[in-house]
Amino acid sequence: MPPYKSNKRHILPGFGLSMGYTVFYLSAIVIVPLATIVIGAFKMDPQAFIATVTSPRVLASYRLSLSTAVFAALCNAFFGFLAAWTLVRYRFPGRRVLDALVDLPFALPTAVAGICFATLYSPVGWMGQYLEKTGIQIINAPSGIVVALIFIGFPFVVRTLQPVLVELEPEIEESAQSLGATRWQTFRRILLPHLFPALLTGVTLSFARAIGEYGSVIFIAGNLPFKTEIAPLMIMTKLDQFDYDGASSVAFVLLLISFSMLLVLNAVQRWQQKSYR
Amino acid sequence: MKHFHRHTSRLTAGIALFSSLLGTAAQAAPAANTLLNVSYDPTRELYQAENAAFAGYWKQKTGQTVTINQSHGGSGKQARAVIDGLEADVVTLALAYDIDAIADSKLLATNWQQRLPQNSTPYTSTIVFVVRKGNPKGIRNWDDLVKPGIGVITPNPKTSGGARWNYLAAWGYKQKQTGSAEQAKAFVKAIFKNVPVLDTGARGSTLTFTQRGLGDVLIAWENEAHLILNEFGADKFEIVAPPVSILAEPPVAIVDRNVDKHGTRKLAEAYLNFLYTPQAQEIIAKNSYRPRSAAAAKKYASQFPNIKLFTVKDLFGTWRQAQKTHFSDGGTFDQIYTP
Repeated sequence: MPPYKSNKRHILPGFGLSMGYTVFYLSAIVIVPLATIVIGAFKMDPQAFIATVTSPRVLASYRLSLSTAVFAALCNAFFGFLAAWTLVRYRFPGRRVLDALVDLPFALPTAVAGICFATLYSPVGWMGQYLEKTGIQIINAPSGIVVALIFIGFPFVVRTLQPVLVELEPEIEESAQSLGATRWQTFRRILLPHLFPALLTGVTLSFARAIGEYGSVIFIAGNLPFKTEIAPLMIMTKLDQFDYDGASSVAFVLLLISFSMLLVLNAVQRWQQKSYR
Repeated sequence: MKHFHRHTSRLTAGIALFSSLLGTAAQAAPAANTLLNVSYDPTRELYQAENAAFAGYWKQKTGQTVTINQSHGGSGKQARAVIDGLEADVVTLALAYDIDAIADSKLLATNWQQRLPQNSTPYTSTIVFVVRKGNPKGIRNWDDLVKPGIGVITPNPKTSGGARWNYLAAWGYKQKQTGSAEQAKAFVKAIFKNVPVLDTGARGSTLTFTQRGLGDVLIAWENEAHLILNEFGADKFEIVAPPVSILAEPPVAIVDRNVDKHGTRKLAEAYLNFLYTPQAQEIIAKNSYRPRSAAAAKKYASQFPNIKLFTVKDLFGTWRQAQKTHFSDGGTFDQIYTP
């Protein structure tokens, strides 16, 4: 028996209408645009498709995009956690301003962010001139890509953690302590299990956003083939060469990677929730 | 079962509504005295001046008021926009290959380049160097670009039309000097070893060099080089003209299908032909492009250093051939980056 025939009555009516609306909306903004990529990739000769997506330069760009996105997401997991904790648990002057600042990466055009970073870290920039003396290179290096990706992914972690942290009353920690738990045990056994699903969601979002990020990265990456050329730039490059098929195939594989990553992370989340309930 | 039908019917209704929306996306036809000129990055200032001049000329001749809209961006991107439906009446792009690509999608006749004088190129330009004031690294010629420790700024030839001219200029210089394509390739490879960043467009490279302070030499369009001196000050940068460079021929064309649709063919033809008139040629020279007319060339001769110029045709054949050999996937540009 299909689930929608269940006799359980919904409190609010209108399942049919809202379902139709959901399908329409999802088709309009997600499924149909993405379908063009899939169709574009499938229209290609399979051999040409394989040759395109396994060419060393494209592979290098996938590796770079994925590794920088993972690295940035992990950084955000740690520092985003800290920021969310600070903003929720402590009261200090300027807290609201700081809280509002967290959203800025959402609002700012990413190209603007990219230009800011490129200016800041250039050899004549505020930070670049000192970094150059120490031999650390940010601009035109993979580390620059990570910097940009951390920036655009940061709010996702903070904003998903905050509401859960608000729900989690400090009394829980206090009772754990009074029952003899050490600080680490309290964190590991009490806090983390509660926060983990939200943290994972935030990290996933920040990671997914980072894989596809283009605007901010190209200004700081340097875009050298095999070194600092991200996968989205590969797609743009192919489009500029009027190679629509090549662009679709690179995009298709990127889409597959992102989608399977999201599926895996969702599965982890469900498994984790089950194992703690 | 009844329940089920209700859901599916709404579902289908939703999908049907969506597809009908897609189908009826109406396109309003522009008025017949409006032109859209889709051009490449550095020509903003040039066409602003030309459009004002043409509007005056057309008003005097016919009494009609014309509006000419401009769109600028990387040459390849602009071509793609036109292919994808941007309704350009005329295209004025950085190189013939980009207009060829539009012709391939049947928007204009494949013989477009024979329809206007001088290969449909009312003005030319060349590729020069911009260095920091006083030329601290002593860059005078192409050979200086491969010296160790020299930072060379040039955009990515895959995405920038100007960068393709830069690439072919360097290649052509070496090939003419040595007579060997192999040596030319090794030379270009050595130059790109000195390139710390590949921006996607010519303007991007200009900013990298001028604002970010990266590199010792910028390879740029001659007109862009003059613009840099005007914008950022001749006290900070100077232009170095290499003894040999390429004759860059940015062509113009009418997009047949769009002018027929808009009823603007006459106007578009008049507009492009206007670019060859003495008045327009003066504007071209004033904007640091090299004019085609001998009179304007003579009048502004002091502005253009004497550079030995070779053409794409001399060394590389047609633009389609040059594109295929050097910039398509697996071409020489890809090869020099393959480890």
